[in-house]
Amino acid sequence: MIKSELIQKIAAANPHLYHRDVERIVNVVFDEIVDALVRRDRVELRGFGAFTVKHRAARFGRNPRTGAAVPVDEKFVPFFKTGKELRDRLNNS
Amino acid sequence: MGGKTLTRADLAEAVVRKVGLPRNESQDLVELILSEISITLAAGESVKLSSFGSFGIREKGERVGRNPKTGKEVPITPRRVLVFRPSNVMKERINAGGKRKAAQTAETASAKTSRPARKAPATRQV
Repeated sequence: MIKSELIQKIAAANPHLYHRDVERIVNVVFDEIVDALVRRDRVELRGFGAFTVKHRAARFGRNPRTGAAVPVDEKFVPFFKTGKELRDRLNNS
Repeated sequence: MGGKTLTRADLAEAVVRKVGLPRNESQDLVELILSEISITLAAGESVKLSSFGSFGIREKGERVGRNPKTGKEVPITPRRVLVFRPSNVMKERINAGGKRKAAQTAETASAKTSRPARKAPATRQV
């Protein structure tokens, strides 16, 4: 399923809303999650999962071809941990 | 770093604020979005949301695990796990600004013998 198909499903369940409004709603929800992660906040959606940001320290990596040490900047990576209910649903349904 | 935790209520609030829908309807819509994604994933189909990321299902075969408390070997049954791959847009936005160069921090890091505990507070089970 891609975003447009998700929007389609939400629109079908809400015939009183304009399609473009449904589009906006879906985008607002996901943008809000990204905005929170940019602030390094957590987003915890019970039963679904939690989005967090993990810190990766600066380190020296290696160019695998030459073996030369190259500095790798510190970075922050988004991380999703599946919620218990969703995890269970994936396995017994 | 960023102590706040957002919940469904905050996402619904954003819909109220930015789209102008009533609160209860916004809450229902947030719930519906999450439930449609969950239903699709439970059916074994992946969900790709452009500029956000994609949720995929990975089939794990049986393997031998160990009970960390008793040290006993126990078989881990085959299962399906969910993996989230953030989009490049998300990764770039999260890293925009506030970056320190490796050359600086790696130097101070190699000089250190004791680094302050950098552990994030244990994330609660959801």
